[in-house]
Amino acid sequence: MSEPAAVTIKDMLKKKQILSSGHRMCAGCGAPPTIKLMGMALRGPTIVCNATGCLEVATTIYPFTAWKIPWIHVAFENVSAVASGVAEAYKVMTEKGRTKHEHVDVIAIGGDGATFDIGLGSLSGALERGHDMVYMVYDNGAYQNTGIQRSGATLPGQETTTSWAGRLEPGKRQRKKPIAEIVAAHKIPYVATVTPYHHRDFITKFRKALEVEGPAFIHALSPCPRGWRSESGKTMELAKLAVETGIHPLYEIINGEQYIMSAPSKNLKELTPLDEFFKLQGQFKHLYKPEWEDFRKQVQANVIADWELLKKKCGV
Amino acid sequence: MATKSKTPKHPVDIEGLTGDAAIAVALRQCDVDVVSAYPITPQTIIVEDFQKFAANGETHTKVIPVESEHSALSACIGASAVGARVATTTASAGFALMWEVLYCAASMRMPIVLAVANRALSAPINIHNDWSDSYGGRDSGFIQVYCQSCQEAYDTTIMAFRVAEDRQVLLPIMVCIDGFILSHNVERVEMLPDETVKKFVGVREPFQNLDPDNPITLGPLCLTDYYFEFKEQEDRAIRAVPEVYKRVEAEYEKLTGRSYGLLEKYKTDDAEIIIFTHSSPAGTAKAVTDVLREKGEKVGVLRLKMFRPFPTDAVREAVKNAKAVVVFEKCMSFGAPCNPLALELRTALYEAERRPLVADFVIGLGGRDVPPETIVQGIEKTKDYLKKGKAPMYETLGVRK
Repeated sequence: MSEPAAVTIKDMLKKKQILSSGHRMCAGCGAPPTIKLMGMALRGPTIVCNATGCLEVATTIYPFTAWKIPWIHVAFENVSAVASGVAEAYKVMTEKGRTKHEHVDVIAIGGDGATFDIGLGSLSGALERGHDMVYMVYDNGAYQNTGIQRSGATLPGQETTTSWAGRLEPGKRQRKKPIAEIVAAHKIPYVATVTPYHHRDFITKFRKALEVEGPAFIHALSPCPRGWRSESGKTMELAKLAVETGIHPLYEIINGEQYIMSAPSKNLKELTPLDEFFKLQGQFKHLYKPEWEDFRKQVQANVIADWELLKKKCGV
Repeated sequence: MATKSKTPKHPVDIEGLTGDAAIAVALRQCDVDVVSAYPITPQTIIVEDFQKFAANGETHTKVIPVESEHSALSACIGASAVGARVATTTASAGFALMWEVLYCAASMRMPIVLAVANRALSAPINIHNDWSDSYGGRDSGFIQVYCQSCQEAYDTTIMAFRVAEDRQVLLPIMVCIDGFILSHNVERVEMLPDETVKKFVGVREPFQNLDPDNPITLGPLCLTDYYFEFKEQEDRAIRAVPEVYKRVEAEYEKLTGRSYGLLEKYKTDDAEIIIFTHSSPAGTAKAVTDVLREKGEKVGVLRLKMFRPFPTDAVREAVKNAKAVVVFEKCMSFGAPCNPLALELRTALYEAERRPLVADFVIGLGGRDVPPETIVQGIEKTKDYLKKGKAPMYETLGVRK
């Protein structure tokens, strides 16, 4: 059943697309390239389960669909449970001789709200039960679909419509949940972080995620021009900067224990200052007011501390 | 259409089983592909027994021991969407947690069987029986059937798959039993041979499923231009249930000699006062009826089996010659004109040429015992109301006031 992943541009052009053009995602949204890269990694029959969110809403508005592979959406907080059902049903129906293929790959996709917050219980349950599936979060840092509200993935200093920057507040004060490590703590076979800019790294990791037996998790950073108040042409640059500044380092965690830093992060001589990432976005603009200078410096210090800790875990 | 019993055509296995255990056996015999469930009293025996069957290889089923009832029904939808035959079970707070997903299951037309051991809702937390849980899902698009005995729970669970999976229906179905009163009480249950049940239910043939060779999109966003049409079709589907149910039951009756109907009429033909209720209070009401009949009182019981879709015409027809209908129900609809079962009845009767007087009694909340005296008390009050020509919209019985 196994068709190869398309990693080179030449192969990518030949690989069947899973998402058609004409969907209604915003210009510059990081999610469609993320999904298209996921498609480059597929190895055969695949079923996609999608949590409620931008991607679900904008790719399926009835009576249209942009999906060229079987796809199901049920609700916001339950995509891991839906995928559990899909995976187990296909397995038992195969055992009973009622399917055409011996195996399907099952992929669950959720935004950061569906993954870090409302669907975390459902995700944790599915990971503990060990279903053979890949869960991918496309993390755009807030509830962008409902109009840019803060989530557990929102960065400190980020302004959203429920973490306003004001006279008293610098945007969100709390740190972002370390979702990849929370997931890895379930000791699942494979966890990796990716961005759509680092496309070879993305496809290679997604393929590994498909190939391991049991649950695998992909944390994809997905810039959102609408919420981040960035130019739609800067999406890939922001994805690249997220890695270079250490906001979203690229690494893998094998069996919850072995940390491997990926080349784009490993090859960095030093981190680029966060300012380079912040200044392309309206949502951090207030941090450059004099009253938030200390706060901004603290955010930078925390990113560096996290980076040093990660390097230690990766043995770099 | 009282419960009939003829000599069955097939050899039967007779055992003393609780309502929960009877449902677990039925699920095993129905060759269910996926069971996804979370434990909650008083349903727990169903998942426990079923897991034991699975552990012993007595059923070829993937059991998904989910982390919540919300996930239980969500996993059922995923599995059903692939084309599997699926079941789950819940009660009370677990049912409430499922509530969002009930509507998804129905509107996505997933023929899931959900066994409910009816239990009161918190607060105060209480593990005993009333109908507040499943009544809360009465508008979800699920078919709802309520059983009076462990035998009926067994029979209904088997028939449920055929009704839900019928191409004219394709809707999920709740098979409800009274928590503890039925779920934990041992009764005589006649079981069909495994092969007979397997043949009766057949293998599910899905209509539109997640198939890599024929990709479809299930559960899309749907706004002002098409959402209403989905609901229109769902309504048409649930309206088709009574005919399908009757057909399935006729076939089942040939195997077992047992049938229940959408309604059970017990001594109602010449009854002046008809008791209208379902589940376990119906059994008590029948016993009371027998005693009162001996005293020459013209009393009968109309036991509702199918609450959704509500058999409006049949109910209207069954009570048309009565002077009064006495409703006994284990649920309160706070702030409503009266309570759910009486609301249905009064609505059904509004268009009737002759409307009997209706008295609505809320009984047994949180498992408060419903002895024959409570039923007699309701009947006596109704006789008074008949003399006065008017009954209150509702009353509670068997509670400190």
